[in-house]
Amino acid sequence: MIQLSSNLLLIAFILYMFGSIAFVISVTGRRWRNRAPEDHARRWGWIGFYLTLAGFFSQLGFIILRWMVSGHSPTSNMFEFMAFLGFTIILAFIVLYLIYRIPALGMFAVPVGMIMIAYASVFPKEIMPLIPALQSYWLYIHVTTAALGEGIFAIGFAAGLMYLIRTVDQTEQSSITWWKRKTTWLEFSISVVLMLVGFILMTTLFSTAGYEVTYQIPNEDGNVREMTYHLPSIAGPHNGQQMEVAFGPLFEAPEWMNGRKLNTMLWSILSGIVLYWLIRLLIRKRLSAAMKPWLNDLDPDVIDEISYRSIAIGFPIFTLGALIFAMIWAAEAWGRFWGWDPKEVWALITWLFYSAYLHLRLSRGWHGSKSAWMAVLGFVFVLFTLVFVNLVIAGLHSYAGV
Amino acid sequence: MGTVLCESCGKPLQQDEGETAFPDMRYDGVSRRSQTYSRTLVDKVWNFFSSVRNAVIMIIIVLIASAVGTVFPQEQYIPTLDPPEIYYEKAHGTLGKIYYQLGFHNLYTSWWYITLLLMIGISLVICSLDRVVPLYRALKKLPVKRHPSFLKGQQVYTQFEIDETEKERTLEQLEKGLKQKRYRVVREGNALVAEKGRFSRWGPYVNHIGLILVIIGVLMRLLPGFYLNDFVWVREGETKQVPGTPYYVKNVEFIEEYYEEEDLPEGVEVEGRVVKNYQTDAILYEQRVSDIPGAPPELVEVHRDQIRVNHPLKYKDLLLYQAERRINQLSALNLELIDNRTGESIGAFKLDLYNPPADIQLTDEITIQILEYYQDFEWTEDNQPRTKSPEPNNPAFVVSVISPQTPEGERSWIFLGSTLGSPDREPFFSYRFNKPDIVDSTGLMVRKEKSLPFIYFGSGVVMVGLIMGFYWQHRRIWIDLNHGPLQLAAHTNKNWYGLKREILQILKKMEIDVTIDQLSKGGKSK
Ligand code: HEM
Repeated sequence: MIQLSSNLLLIAFILYMFGSIAFVISVTGRRWRNRAPEDHARRWGWIGFYLTLAGFFSQLGFIILRWMVSGHSPTSNMFEFMAFLGFTIILAFIVLYLIYRIPALGMFAVPVGMIMIAYASVFPKEIMPLIPALQSYWLYIHVTTAALGEGIFAIGFAAGLMYLIRTVDQTEQSSITWWKRKTTWLEFSISVVLMLVGFILMTTLFSTAGYEVTYQIPNEDGNVREMTYHLPSIAGPHNGQQMEVAFGPLFEAPEWMNGRKLNTMLWSILSGIVLYWLIRLLIRKRLSAAMKPWLNDLDPDVIDEISYRSIAIGFPIFTLGALIFAMIWAAEAWGRFWGWDPKEVWALITWLFYSAYLHLRLSRGWHGSKSAWMAVLGFVFVLFTLVFVNLVIAGLHSYAGV
Repeated sequence: MGTVLCESCGKPLQQDEGETAFPDMRYDGVSRRSQTYSRTLVDKVWNFFSSVRNAVIMIIIVLIASAVGTVFPQEQYIPTLDPPEIYYEKAHGTLGKIYYQLGFHNLYTSWWYITLLLMIGISLVICSLDRVVPLYRALKKLPVKRHPSFLKGQQVYTQFEIDETEKERTLEQLEKGLKQKRYRVVREGNALVAEKGRFSRWGPYVNHIGLILVIIGVLMRLLPGFYLNDFVWVREGETKQVPGTPYYVKNVEFIEEYYEEEDLPEGVEVEGRVVKNYQTDAILYEQRVSDIPGAPPELVEVHRDQIRVNHPLKYKDLLLYQAERRINQLSALNLELIDNRTGESIGAFKLDLYNPPADIQLTDEITIQILEYYQDFEWTEDNQPRTKSPEPNNPAFVVSVISPQTPEGERSWIFLGSTLGSPDREPFFSYRFNKPDIVDSTGLMVRKEKSLPFIYFGSGVVMVGLIMGFYWQHRRIWIDLNHGPLQLAAHTNKNWYGLKREILQILKKMEIDVTIDQLSKGGKSK
């Protein structure tokens, strides 16, 4: 059963991949086929959609099976949660695709969902029995609803990015200081996504190779603690003694930081940058410039509206899941509905940010490009809460992880 | 001053006809108090708080401050036992020291953070009041005939020629199509207006009221009696007062369970031991004045429950949470008295660490007196025995054995695992330690949170408002045949795409072919 459920996830992932490819064909192929471009786009759009839909059902099967096997909703550790987030992103995409029927959306949104699933697979996949603190149906309700809200925000992000790629002027004067150029920031946003990809690639690569380095770290009280790295160490743990002959460390983490987590962060940033420049040197232009022609046929106003709609649909769900249900669960589990735990604070920050977005849009007329930047940034907050706060700041909520 | 659209026909007031840029449609141009007065101090304060710009600035400041507050742990989450003035510098270096000195270690209860939250609350009240009246005025009336420049100025606008003879039939068909889409249609001669989802315009206000209720709920906790946060340790078998309440709680049994092989589904393995359950079987008593005058108050059982993590005991406002545990704590020493001449045991006795006995009648002839008891024994600097704390962490007894041989008593110290007799002479008796009694204690968090239902209610109102505002839209469609061609204009507060599609569907049924692009040719108003 467990094997079957893992296979279903893998199948889902592959179907999403084919779906994305079909969307790419639908968008980019309209010029190189001598058929009527509209028909071509529509046909491949639907192929992409049905492939994605099939993947969605496969992943649903994964979730149901895993739930049956473990007896609890599969949102109880980092692997399960991130895979579930990927699932909600695809769900949100399916709904919005049915409303707007724009294949280019699939080209951006489905890969975002795939990245989440790939990211999930970096974490330990074992089914773990629930410790008492997680034994609550409020946990399922809270986590699934919050993830759904975040999944819808992801579509807002994808559409925001599309809007920017579509509209940012690629011929901006090079006389403008680099950090004032919009293209710089657009490239930066794209490379943030690539950092996630780079991180996934690196961890998969080194864990397949079975790479391991152990450090011994003396504690204040004279005991020795061990820490195992699964990536070559750029940053070693504070005062750590490397036990095997291996690469690094180039420097030591500050005392208050977990060396392994810092190292993982550094690897994702570096591999993202390398990946970015590799692609850029290959295609010899900015990544956004390369993608721009795909989107030229789209009406920017429609993309703007998709981005806004996603956030408008997601906001009540996020409020319910990440704040209200979270409050109820915290009241049941810890006897306080709000405790300023870092995870709670970051959920609040995300929520405040999106509410600022809504107000600026509604009352200050922040449409188009300003609002697209905010939609992109908003999802960065979401990711920050899920990834960074979980792995680095670690409070009551942190799942066990890399 | 302030009103920018004619309230009845919608003609822009300070604009030349034919201009395409169109003023704010949100309140259909009705003026707001904040746009009208700005002279007195009250006006200025009002205007400050009614500005969405200022509200967003405050929200962003709170957002950034909150983020800074998560850089290092807050004081309550310090992972070591160091006091904060030492911890931050030691663990996080100079940055940590600055963090501490700036007060970020207690950010969320700092006066300026709370002030900011209150200002957002005030802003919520004032900005809603500022707009609710104009919004009501704008929504209450729905004039059918609009000035052509109003129609042309709408973001959704199109016009097409209709044959004179077809006019009546077209209007009727349009009316029917609109009604099928659940629009409320009002017709006046050759013009009609259709509207739906007006109630969704109240969504933000309902939502803001909900937020205000939540803020009030949080403030209510400052009232005496609304909020209680305490803690109590209870040993198994013990009944203890719940601090701050007239209740007593008895720990009948504390249970700690681990996952066993058979609990786990096939193929699932765990490394090490994983806790499955922490549980206190508890009885709650209420202290009541006895019916018999003069008698001491009695404890009446009022509630029984199994307190587990995620499953607190609830009785009226009182909540008891499974929070901590102390396993295998010493509760009694078990000893045997040995006769040194025969080397044989005379009898066994128990020294309860929580309720030490006064005298123990061991046999007909032998009595053990408990003279002193130190729960947490230590020597003072001038070599006097004393107890450090009332907890039996390091118990020490002074006992005296009264027997025919020792009618005056033979004194000795009894410590954990060792004894100390009088140095003067060879003792008649010695002691043998048997396995001590141990007991588990449960740590229960004691809470009262009377404003919680209120806060939940406020949250519910927030949700109703959000759903009203986001999942429905206010749509209005004007159709006018008074100026030659058929003019169709529409406005919505969100989801323009949905509105356009709806119009296209209605027109398609009438076999009028208009593309979505043609509908978008109107002026771009917000
Ligand atoms: C954190 C607190 C707040 C939240 C979560 C919040 C939430 C919202 C939401 C969801 C909307 C609807 C937006 C839309 O339909 O796109 C809205 C509208 C609005 N909010 Fe807030 N709000 C907050 C604070 C404030 C404050 C402090 C003000 C004061 C100036 C304010 C003024 C407004 C106004 C004027 C509208 C538009 C109402 C209309 O359409 O007539 N909000 N708010």
